[in-house]
Amino acid sequence: MNRREFLKRIGILGGGVVVYFSYGIPLAAAQSPSSELPAFNAFLRIGADGRIACYTGKIEMGQGVITSLAQMAADELNAAFDTIDMIMGDTDLCPWDRGTWGSMTIRFFGPKLREAAAEARAVLLEMAAESLKVPLDRLIVENGVIFDRTQRSNRVAYSDLTKGKIIERHLKGKATLEDVTKFAVVRKPFLRSDALQKVTGKAKYAGDIRLPGMLYAGILRPPAHGASLKRVDLSGAKQMVGVLVVQEGDLIAALHEHPDTAWEAVAKIRAEFEPSKSKLDDKNIFDHLLKVAPSGTVVKEEGNLETGKSLSRELFENTYVNGYVAHAPMETHTALAEVKDGKVTVWASTQSPFGVKEEVAGALGMPPANVRVKTVFVGGGFGGKSASRQAAEAARLAKLVGRPVQVAWSRGEEFFHDTFMPAAIVKIRSGVNDSGNMVLWDYAVYFAGSDGAELFYDVPHHKEISSGSWQGSSGSHPVGTGPWRAPATNTNSFARESQIDIMASKVGKDPVEFRLAHLKDERMRRVLEAAARKFDWKPGRAPSGRGCGVACGIRSGAYVATLAEVEVDRSTGKVQVKRVVHAQDMGLVINPEGAKQQVEGSIIMGLGYALKEEIHFKNGEIFDLNFDTYQIPRFSWTPTIETVLIEENSPPQGGGEPAIVCVGAVMANAIFDAIGVRLYQFPMTPERILAGMKRA
Amino acid sequence: MIEAISFKLNGETVRLKVDGERMLLWVLRTDLGLTGTKYGCGEEHCGACTVLVNGEAVLSCQTSVKDVKGKEVVTIEGLAGNGELHPLQKAFIEQDALQCGFCTAGMILKAYSLLVKTPLPTREQIIQGMDRNLCRCGSYPRVIQAIEAASKEMKGGEK
Repeated sequence: MNRREFLKRIGILGGGVVVYFSYGIPLAAAQSPSSELPAFNAFLRIGADGRIACYTGKIEMGQGVITSLAQMAADELNAAFDTIDMIMGDTDLCPWDRGTWGSMTIRFFGPKLREAAAEARAVLLEMAAESLKVPLDRLIVENGVIFDRTQRSNRVAYSDLTKGKIIERHLKGKATLEDVTKFAVVRKPFLRSDALQKVTGKAKYAGDIRLPGMLYAGILRPPAHGASLKRVDLSGAKQMVGVLVVQEGDLIAALHEHPDTAWEAVAKIRAEFEPSKSKLDDKNIFDHLLKVAPSGTVVKEEGNLETGKSLSRELFENTYVNGYVAHAPMETHTALAEVKDGKVTVWASTQSPFGVKEEVAGALGMPPANVRVKTVFVGGGFGGKSASRQAAEAARLAKLVGRPVQVAWSRGEEFFHDTFMPAAIVKIRSGVNDSGNMVLWDYAVYFAGSDGAELFYDVPHHKEISSGSWQGSSGSHPVGTGPWRAPATNTNSFARESQIDIMASKVGKDPVEFRLAHLKDERMRRVLEAAARKFDWKPGRAPSGRGCGVACGIRSGAYVATLAEVEVDRSTGKVQVKRVVHAQDMGLVINPEGAKQQVEGSIIMGLGYALKEEIHFKNGEIFDLNFDTYQIPRFSWTPTIETVLIEENSPPQGGGEPAIVCVGAVMANAIFDAIGVRLYQFPMTPERILAGMKRA
Repeated sequence: MIEAISFKLNGETVRLKVDGERMLLWVLRTDLGLTGTKYGCGEEHCGACTVLVNGEAVLSCQTSVKDVKGKEVVTIEGLAGNGELHPLQKAFIEQDALQCGFCTAGMILKAYSLLVKTPLPTREQIIQGMDRNLCRCGSYPRVIQAIEAASKEMKGGEK
């Protein structure tokens, strides 16, 4: 694409200011395939039509950055919020970006966007000074209009300044940023800017794009992971009117003008598979993982474990485990691909449009420059749409049949091909001295990953080791694994916070006071104290019978404390969560309303992995393929949720993940407080609770 | 078997030549181009495909198109009358009762049929009435608030 074409595409030929990026942040520059960086890539366009466009390779999947990023741009430009258009996830227009995950959008892209906006404002001020014949320091900006402070009638709007002129700037040095305390838009609660489209059915997701002549594909899937195709009889599908059957290597698909007919046709394909060689299931998986675990790396170490052991009056040794957990977004993986004149356009539900671009180019043997990925609204991701194999499937089929092809996974395919939160194990040996203080913390996590493993309590002798990551390694997981909302941190927080409670109970201390007694970190103290105050926490030794629990955690730069009250039905083992109080220090809060939505959503999603969600499997076969057996949280699970956002004027931290990390632990601790039964495995299902009661 | 089927869709009569056994969901989304109704599970477990048939919420993924012959079907695209949003749509916006938005059409139409039957529902009645509609983003508390707000705005069905 030449420069003129690019300017045309971003709609600026009529005049405007474009600020180009030069990514200085490690997560982009270090990982960017340098040959793939387009020559033209803009952060911001201020058009002669008065509209301001912000371009980002990030995508909107419900987390709300379509609103909060626009707030940041609006403030830095002193422009009205509703003059900002967010252009997201289009690989031909937007700055290269690895993907939308890890609560990184506001933390890492946000500051760059602010700099670009500040640069654009500086350019516009210079133009205004010339046009109004007023020195720069007499100019002020309000709502996209620049005034002479001494004579307000002497004014010019951004859009008038840019008419007919194209001004291009490359972001280099640090621009002077607006003082956050002067922000008019940031820190104010804003309703979602995509809500109108979403309540009227107008919002387009990948599966809603229609192209002339397009076909829908159903793809033949193996019955189990590791099963290989022996022979196949396509005749049943081929006999159906209007059905096209194609086979290219391992990709066998039936296509039709209707998706339901395409699926019907696939069901008529007779295929025989060599069974999977895997002998693993959801019970023996933990022993297997411990056997194949690679040697660990030290996350953090202080003092000396032997000294800690000798100082210990009492030792506590426990093993914590969790099975595989599905992402289960409401929108299944979907993509539409069109191959035309040697170029491919893919509309994909993905968290990584630029990843899809590379993957599709690879699958078709094309230069990545010929692939354009467009991301429309994404119907939930939670890490699961970091992997987007459906896009390459659609592109391969579109090339094979010479027509646009949509691949939209069925719910069963979504469960089968999901990249689950990995099954994982944590082993902890800890100790307290004669005064009831923690003196030893010997911690090893297997296959969850190291995030959240580092101890933030003060223990003089501690060591945390992590073996294997959530990506797994060859021969480890019999199913796909990947990042799941706050990867590793759910597993690590569950184990750590359970172990802390076990010790507090044993030494006769209140779990909040026990934590505070081991916390020098001021941020964490403040968060925990704020949560306890809001909850009206009454100190006591667990199990108190009240069903109250506490847990603390750190994720994506944010500090969190979650307190909960539960009721456990002793006859059925069912847990009903009554109330959750969550305090969070996430630095500067861009959109308090959006941040609260993320907290509520995280707490509710967290109840799923804490209490119910787990994939059952055997020999590569997945038994949970829909929401009948795989139960996710529903209305009737919903507790009262109170969110306390600690007002902070420090740089913004993550918001999409932090509130989920304590949910497993706070449930374990509240269940123990209610009935005196300690569970070492999530999910804490009614069956496990009943079994625990029997043991007790 | 291909047959002629007609029904009212968002106030307009549609006439189709279609296999009557096909599910309404796919006929809406593909043949009729109304993509606001979503596929979530295909087996009546999630409610994303909810539409109104004669004012009642049904799951279009398991409702065959011949079953709506001669009936009135309303999808999310048809809920706003004369360009004005329905009180439920307004309330969902004002309460931020959605995140990714994929379950939203189903939520709103299910809530609509709940309010037809129970114009001033208690919180418990809302939870019970909505419990088969799933939202993975966890918007439940705000959806409950939105239904409460809309119910008040509709003055218990008088509006």
